[in-house]
Amino acid sequence: MKKKPDMSVQFAGIQLRNPVMTASGTFGYGKEFAGYMDLEKIGAIVTKGLSLKPKAGNPMPRIVETPGGMLNAIGLQNVGIDAFISEKIPFLRTVNTPVIVNFFGNTLEEYEEVAGKLDALPEVAAVEVNISCPNVKHGGIVFGTDPKAAFSVVKAVRSATIKPVIVKLSPNVTDIVEMAAACADADADALSLINTLTGMAVDLKNRKPYLANCTGGLSGPAIKPIALRMVWQVSRAVQLPIIGIGGITNAIDALEFLLAGATAVQVGTANFMTPDASQRIVEDIEKYLRENGIEDIKELIGALRA
Amino acid sequence: MHFKSMVVSNIEVSPGYCLIRLTAPRQILDARPGQFVMVRVQDGIDPLLRRPFGIFDVGTFSPEYPESPRQHYLEILYKIVGKGTSILSMLHSRDYVDVLGPLGNGFDEGEPETEKLLVGGGFGLAPLHFFARKHAGTAGIKAFIGGKRKEDVLCVTEFERLGIDTYVATDDGTLGSRGLVTSVLEEQLETGFGSRTVYACGPEPMLRAVAGLCKRHGIGCQVSLEANMACGVGACLGCVTKGRSHSESAPDYRCVCKDGPVFDAAELLWD
Ligand SMILES: Cc1cc2nc3c(=O)[nH]c(=O)nc-3n(C[C@H](O)[C@H](O)[C@H](O)COP(=O)(O)OP(=O)(O)OC[C@H]3O[C@@H](n4cnc5c(N)ncnc54)[C@H](O)[C@@H]3O)c2cc1C
Ligand SMILES: Cc1cc2nc3c(=O)[nH]c(=O)nc-3n(C[C@H](O)[C@H](O)[C@H](O)COP(=O)(O)O)c2cc1C
Ligand code: FES
Repeated sequence: MKKKPDMSVQFAGIQLRNPVMTASGTFGYGKEFAGYMDLEKIGAIVTKGLSLKPKAGNPMPRIVETPGGMLNAIGLQNVGIDAFISEKIPFLRTVNTPVIVNFFGNTLEEYEEVAGKLDALPEVAAVEVNISCPNVKHGGIVFGTDPKAAFSVVKAVRSATIKPVIVKLSPNVTDIVEMAAACADADADALSLINTLTGMAVDLKNRKPYLANCTGGLSGPAIKPIALRMVWQVSRAVQLPIIGIGGITNAIDALEFLLAGATAVQVGTANFMTPDASQRIVEDIEKYLRENGIEDIKELIGALRA
Repeated sequence: MHFKSMVVSNIEVSPGYCLIRLTAPRQILDARPGQFVMVRVQDGIDPLLRRPFGIFDVGTFSPEYPESPRQHYLEILYKIVGKGTSILSMLHSRDYVDVLGPLGNGFDEGEPETEKLLVGGGFGLAPLHFFARKHAGTAGIKAFIGGKRKEDVLCVTEFERLGIDTYVATDDGTLGSRGLVTSVLEEQLETGFGSRTVYACGPEPMLRAVAGLCKRHGIGCQVSLEANMACGVGACLGCVTKGRSHSESAPDYRCVCKDGPVFDAAELLWD
């Protein structure tokens, strides 16, 4: 096929050159990867989860490899919203790629306040609300696993910003559709799923948990089937655009998520395997479209024959 | 840099320890002692993460086959401890690995007139060897090498070949003096004088002891730390260590991969 396939997608008023973004917490603030890839080849950069005040995070060790994945208990360490604005935004402003800012709070008021601060930043294309912080004792666990709490947090954020509000769901729930529906009722613009699954690793030799925090969030290829299932269930039940996340390491994985109903995807742990993973996935998706005579990637969204 | 690299050689240098030579782009010659690389030992998702290794040496060689251009290389001295290093130990010449690096800051190499005391144990000798190779002849260097048994004592011949006074201590006395390398270091610190700096890399308890000794003697001390790593570039925050002023309300976490792996011992919190 001679013509370049159309890779662009749009949702919630956000226009992306292609559907591939980086997942929060796995790509820092973008700059860390600038020497290893072209940041202007991907659809969007999603930055590390921010809170109102800087956050220390958990003791070490914080990460451990597990079969086909890894556990992390970073504990949402971050520079805080003010340092983000003064230290990280200036670089991001120079990159011609939409920036989606992930954030969280310990209270409704904190969510609202951070959302308000982000609302004032022209560099921010959309906000992604993390309501699913599985490692933090006072963090999002309540919001992310209770539909009523999720509803009120999304409402609070909604009232504080006119930017597109993407809500990132926790998979550590019995019924993901119920959570998605609560967010839709609170006027979220889009959903991203999934965050990490709570897990654990044991060190037999020392008879101790590997992580200082005991439990951590599982990510990587090991969680892909669960993520696909959740994207598929939610896409059939809720009328909101979905960003599929979980174990995507190559173009095939990404395309599977589109078929299951995702409008876009995020690449997380794969950035650690190869720092240019997201760019490669964009290139390989384009190659797939060419080879299969698909003119527009949007033809694949939700095209699962099930 | 991020590059595909061909294995040139991979040999066991002591039981359980290997030295691998990998081809690298020319810029590898600019690597600083103390910097490290993250190696993907094979394609696929198992093992999932890269493995961090200090740079043992860099250089240029002429391949054996005729008319081939000179090649640049990087060497890693590693201990076989688990899945990643076992796979690495089974690679043959002409196999490929994927390398990210050099990463991190490296040692502050200091002034030539300062005496440099290198203290290491196990594979911690790797960055110290690179340091010694670069500075031998131009600066006064002494090396203090520790290990459990004589098999764990690496690089003695290399250091001696570089004309460096080398002191060895093993826990079981099978090589050098019996006991901890820090005792040997302490004797030196008590006798010598003039300006000097300690460069240390090895197991955590050793680094802690060396840092304490240097503090007592008022000597500058740089330590190279280890931590579990995922990204290697300061993005995941998986590898942090506590800085001097750390507290729960005013966190002072430093990334071992990006702010380190080398730190001024006085800048860290050794709780
Ligand atoms: C900056 C730095 C420099 C290093 N330099 C060297 C070197 O020159 N030579 C050498 O032999 N080793 C070095 N190490 C340690 C080396 O990274 C580990 O021995 C190696 O990752 C073990 O991998 P494995 O799969 O064989 O072991 P496994 O135990 O199967 O590994 C499981 C996981 O734990 C991690 N891990 C295990 N031990 C360590 C460790 N000591 N430090 C960090 N992560 C670890 C692995 O990376 C992996 O993610 C260095 C580590 C760091 C952080
Ligand atoms: C080290 C690490 C840190 C993360 N930090 C955040 C975070 O701050 N906020 C968030 O919403 N998700 C965070 N995540 C979750 C990822 O964004 C993603 O949802 C998850 O890892 C699943 O995708 P993956 O399998 O592609 O990694 C983090 C994941 C990892 C591995
Ligand atoms: S390994 Fe990711 S921040 Fe250091």
